[in-house]
Amino acid sequence: MLTKLRPMPAQPDAIVQPLLRVDGLRKHFPIRGGLLGRVQGHVKAVDGVSFEVHDGETLGIVGESGCGKSTLARLLIRLIEPDSGNFVLEGSGSDNPSARALRRRVQMVFQDSYATLNPRLTIEDSIAFGLKANGSGRTEAKRRVHEVLDMVGLLPAMFAERYPHELSGGQRQRVNIARALALGPRLLILDEAVSALDKSVEAQVLNQLQGLKRRLGLTYIFISHDLNVVQYVSDRVLVMYLGKAIEVGPVGRIYEAPLHPYTRGLLSSRLPMDPRRRVSIAPLSGDPPNPIDPPSGCRFRTRCPIAETLCAEREPQLARAADGHVVACHACQPGSGHSLARVKEAAPC
Amino acid sequence: MANLSFDVLDAAPTGRRPRSRSFWHAVGRRLARDPMTLTCAAILSLILFAAIFAPFVAPLDPYRTNITHRLLAVGDRHYWLGTDELGRDLLSRLIYGGRMSLFMGFVPVFLATVIGAALGIVAGYAGGALNMAIMRLIDVFYAFPSVLLAVAISGVLGAGLVNSLVSLTLVFVPPLARVAESVTTQIRSQDYVEAARATGATGWRIVIGHVLSNVAGPILIYASSLISVSIIIASGLSFLGLGVVPPEAEWGLMLNTLRQSIYIAPLNAVLPGIMIFITSMCSNLISDGLRSAMDVKV
Repeated sequence: MLTKLRPMPAQPDAIVQPLLRVDGLRKHFPIRGGLLGRVQGHVKAVDGVSFEVHDGETLGIVGESGCGKSTLARLLIRLIEPDSGNFVLEGSGSDNPSARALRRRVQMVFQDSYATLNPRLTIEDSIAFGLKANGSGRTEAKRRVHEVLDMVGLLPAMFAERYPHELSGGQRQRVNIARALALGPRLLILDEAVSALDKSVEAQVLNQLQGLKRRLGLTYIFISHDLNVVQYVSDRVLVMYLGKAIEVGPVGRIYEAPLHPYTRGLLSSRLPMDPRRRVSIAPLSGDPPNPIDPPSGCRFRTRCPIAETLCAEREPQLARAADGHVVACHACQPGSGHSLARVKEAAPC
Repeated sequence: MANLSFDVLDAAPTGRRPRSRSFWHAVGRRLARDPMTLTCAAILSLILFAAIFAPFVAPLDPYRTNITHRLLAVGDRHYWLGTDELGRDLLSRLIYGGRMSLFMGFVPVFLATVIGAALGIVAGYAGGALNMAIMRLIDVFYAFPSVLLAVAISGVLGAGLVNSLVSLTLVFVPPLARVAESVTTQIRSQDYVEAARATGATGWRIVIGHVLSNVAGPILIYASSLISVSIIIASGLSFLGLGVVPPEAEWGLMLNTLRQSIYIAPLNAVLPGIMIFITSMCSNLISDGLRSAMDVKV
C-alpha cells in the first residue's frame, strides 16, 4: 500500500534551524535484585544520544525493539527524567526546560490508542483533561476540544460525547492526536503512533498527519519499526542501535546509500515487492546483545560482518560522512585504522 | 442504593463527581433487569422506611412496659408479634430497633469508605515509602479478626453509641484501604495515566479525573458487602453489653435480653435475629447484584 506512495520531498529551501537540540542524553535503569534489593546493574536504555530536530521537518527514528526508541521518546517529553544530557528547545528561554514548560510545546501520541484513553471518560473529557490541567476554563476547554476534533476529521457533535470503546482503532488514534494537538505544541512525538492500525487506516492517519503538519507548521519526531512508513513520512532519519544513535541523515541518503553496516542490514531485511528479488540470506542474524552489559567498543561488532579488532577496542563516534549525513562506524571514517576505511574521504564502506 | 453511590464518589478530596453517565446508566439498566436485587432492594427500603418513620409506623409505644402482658405469643390480637420479657410490644421495638441497627450498619461503613478510600488512593498513587508506611500500619489492624478487634476497641473505649461507631469504623478502614490501594496501583500504571501526565497534568488532578472514576466501582461493591457485617458486629457488641445500653431498642440488644426467655417463648426470642438475618442477607445480595452489574468490559 505504502510503497506506491512517493516519499515526501525534503524541503531544501526551508530555513534550517534546530527546534530541538539534544546533547548526550542518557538514561540507565537500575536493576535491583537479591535479598537487600541492591543495584546489580543498569539497563543502558539510552546511552548518550545527541541529535537535532529542525523546525518543520519530520525526523524518523528507527531501530529494532529494545533499542531505546520509546525510552528516548519518554525522555524527550520528560515522562522520565534523564540521568544526564542537555536539552535545548528553541524559544523556551533556557536549557533543560521544566517538564511543565515543555509540555505546552512538545506533545506525544502513544502507540496503544485504547490503553491511552480512560474507558470511563468521554472523548471530550479525555481531551479537555490536559487543557484544564494547563489552566483552561470549562467553556474554553470545550471550544478547543471541538476545534481539535474538527482538525483530525472527527465531527465534534458526533464524537465528543462518546466513550473510547464506541470508536474504531483509527478513530481512537485520531482522538489521541487531537489530545496531543489541543495544547498547541510545535513538536509532536509520534511513538509507534500508527503501528497498531490496519494498513489502510494507517495510510489514512499518515496522510492526515502530513496535512496537519503543513497546516499547523508542526515538527514531528516519528518513531517506528516500520521502515516503509518511516521512508514515506520522514525528511531525515536517525537509526538507533542498543541505546545509541549510529547513523543520521536525509531520508534519501539513508535509504539509497546507507553507510553503517547495521543500517544496511536493517534495510535489506525489508521484503521486496518483486517476487523475483527474493531475500536469500538473512541480512541480520541473532538478537541484539544485552543492554545491561553491552559489548566493548562498537556495540554492533558482535553482529557486524566487517568487524575487526579495532572495533572491540575503540567506540566509534558519530562523524560527518556527507552533507548532513553522520555515521558512527570505523569503516566509514578516514584514518580510523579499519582496513575498509579510506584514507582521505568517507564513502560507503 | 443510588444514594450510596453518590456518597462514595463524593468522598473525593475535592468532591467533583466525574462525569461518566453512560457507565452508571448501563449499571442502572442492568440492575433494573435483576429480579433478585430488586426484591432485596425493596425489602431493605421497606425496613429502612419503617425505621426512619418509626413513630408513625409503630403501632404502640416501644418503651411502655406492662407486667401483666409479659411474653405474649406471636399473633396476639393486640400485640401482633407478641411482647418481650417486660411486656413491651415486640413489633414496635423491632421497628424502632431498626433505626439503631441500620444506623450502625450504614454509618460506620460510610465513614470507613471515606477514610479507607482516601488512605488507599494516597498510598497507591504515591507509592514508595508513603505506601509502605500506610499499608504496613493497616496490616497491623489486619492481624486481628474483625469481631475481636471491634470488641477490643469498644472494650477500651467503653459502652455507648459513639464508641461502638468509632470501633466499627476502625475495623472497616483497613480492608477498604486495601481495595482502594490495589485498584489505584493498577490504575497508576495504565497508559492513560501516563498520557495524562504527558499533557502536563499532575498528582491530584489525575487522581480525581482518572483514578477516582475507576476506583469508585470496586470500593462501592466492597463497601456494600460490609454493611451486613457491620450490622452483625454492632449487634454483637450490643449483645455483649458494649454497644447500645438498655432500654434502647436495638436488635442485638433485644436478642441479648430475650435470650433468657428462649425456652418460654422461642419465637419471640429469635425475632430480632430474623430481622438481622433478613437485613444482612438483602444487603449482601444487593452487593452481589451490583458486582455483576458493574462487571462490564467497557
